Amino acid sequence: MLMGLFNDWIVVVLMMTGLYIVIAHGNLIKKIIGLIIFQTSVFIFYISMAKVDGGTAPILADDILLYSNPLPHVLILTAIVVGIATTALALSLVVRIEEAYGSIEEDEIQRKDNQSQEENKEQA
Amino acid sequence: MIAHLPILQVIIPLMAAPICLILKRARLVWLFSLIVSGLAFCISILLLQQVMTSGVISYELGGWQAPWGIEYRIDKLNTFLLLIITAISTLVLFAAQTSIEKEIPKNKHTYFYVLYLLSLTGLLGIVATGDAFNVFVFLEISSLSAYALIAMGKDRQALWASYQYLIMGTIGATFILIGIGLMYQMTGTLNMEDLSKRLPEVAQTRTVFTAFSFVIVGVCLKLAMFPLHLWLPNAYAYAPSIVTVFFAASATKVAIYLLIRFTFSVFGLSFSFTTVPLQTLFMVLGLVGIFVASTSAIYQKNIKRLFAYSSIAQIGYMMVGFSISTVAGLTATLLHLFNHALMKSVIFLALGAVMYRLGSVQLNSFQGLGRQMPLTMTGIVIGGLSLIGVPLTVGFISKWYLLTALLERGWWPVAVLILLGSLLAIIYLWRVVEVAYFKEPLVNTVPVKEAPISFLIPIWTLIIANIYFGIDTRLSVQLAQAAAKSLFGISP
Repeated sequence: MLMGLFNDWIVVVLMMTGLYIVIAHGNLIKKIIGLIIFQTSVFIFYISMAKVDGGTAPILADDILLYSNPLPHVLILTAIVVGIATTALALSLVVRIEEAYGSIEEDEIQRKDNQSQEENKEQA
Repeated sequence: MIAHLPILQVIIPLMAAPICLILKRARLVWLFSLIVSGLAFCISILLLQQVMTSGVISYELGGWQAPWGIEYRIDKLNTFLLLIITAISTLVLFAAQTSIEKEIPKNKHTYFYVLYLLSLTGLLGIVATGDAFNVFVFLEISSLSAYALIAMGKDRQALWASYQYLIMGTIGATFILIGIGLMYQMTGTLNMEDLSKRLPEVAQTRTVFTAFSFVIVGVCLKLAMFPLHLWLPNAYAYAPSIVTVFFAASATKVAIYLLIRFTFSVFGLSFSFTTVPLQTLFMVLGLVGIFVASTSAIYQKNIKRLFAYSSIAQIGYMMVGFSISTVAGLTATLLHLFNHALMKSVIFLALGAVMYRLGSVQLNSFQGLGRQMPLTMTGIVIGGLSLIGVPLTVGFISKWYLLTALLERGWWPVAVLILLGSLLAIIYLWRVVEVAYFKEPLVNTVPVKEAPISFLIPIWTLIIANIYFGIDTRLSVQLAQAAAKSLFGISP
């Protein structure tokens, strides 16, 4: 059972690792990395689903009869592009946050927000 | 052309977005976006007429037959939501140029409209499609443009709010992706109609149960149900005002539509409510959400944040209506979708006008505003009365239907709790009204003028809509009831 479901075990391990990194780390870049690992586990899940025993890559060729299922491959191409766009957006947000707050640690940022809120209260 | 309406509804804003980059001048881009949004609104009306007369519209993209091709399926539920989203989008765009002049740097105005149109595309696409993976694609389109739009806010907290929303939103969308993958694994199809036919035979497997759980959790994160609501207050409070209006009125509604679509049309009634204890869960979480969010709203100093918490409470009402799982309960939820869009858009538009004139939405800068900006503050008052559920406003209609649905089921303790939740709304609304109308303006501030006409037109259209649809409820109730009955499989 272990070797037959090897791919599924990898999916579970990566998924949990990714989620743990997002939750446990305060560094913004590490959170993004955790998110990417989490998304990658989903990609592996879809691709493993697509594999047909004895089938080759789903590209039409004359003398090949058995192909893997091309639909999940297509879905994952879309999902990979979505993941890239999300990562790019997240990284540019981190650059802006670094410029605005001077830090990319979550607790530092929250401390600075609380500080400025208290200053606003004193002014008002 | 009429045959292609379903896809045109989604494609027109999508194609318009890059065209905005070519028309560089801000006023021209604004006018162009307004026309595109108005066109989308006209298409949604045509689709509504078509669905009401001839039933479900099924459109195959590229001529590929479903279930191999992607199908756009417009039925009574979709068309109701398309109407709401396009109507609010058009009204909001009226005030957009004026509002962003003071909130977004000049060189980013064009990008604002590009992102706005992309966000509109995403939301319309989620609603119009009949293919599960297409839902994920458009969900990500709307989410990514939302993150970028929120990050355009003035304060640096907008960046942090956008980042938080990005992390949570991506996890939610990926959960939905996992759920779709598991469903595909068991049935071999992505088409929602086909899934609903094939899922019942494999429904008792652990895979389908897991798929359902992942999809529900992912969608609940997107709709900001308690306790997955943590991204919403900051995202709404620090985004540019127009962005808040648009998202408050549409983004969470679309997520609730997704929830209804997946539980009723894909997984089916019996699986969703009997196999899984969804009823109790949603009712409890809905009620807790109402109380926690309303109580948090009372202590807020930032008025936008106050009404953001109020939005979370209103979503709690919709979840309670959904958990009743009768035609009456679903009618109440759908009605509240419509009415809440009206309520929140008028409130946030008025707050946008205040932000434009004052530059701040802190509670203490509201002093005396009732006399200085009377037309704008009427918007907040009427919207607030709607939130509480005073008769003659739309809020009363939703609450009435919700309470009758609850009492029909015999759940009168829940009905009592709903009424108590409305009392909390009175408290936080009174805080705003008291400061605005009963306190003298601060001595050393410049007197504030009334909001410009570009704000007043949409605000007053929405105020009149709030009262009109509270008195003549035929349109909203008929549509909501027809949609609810069609989901339950009862022919109207």
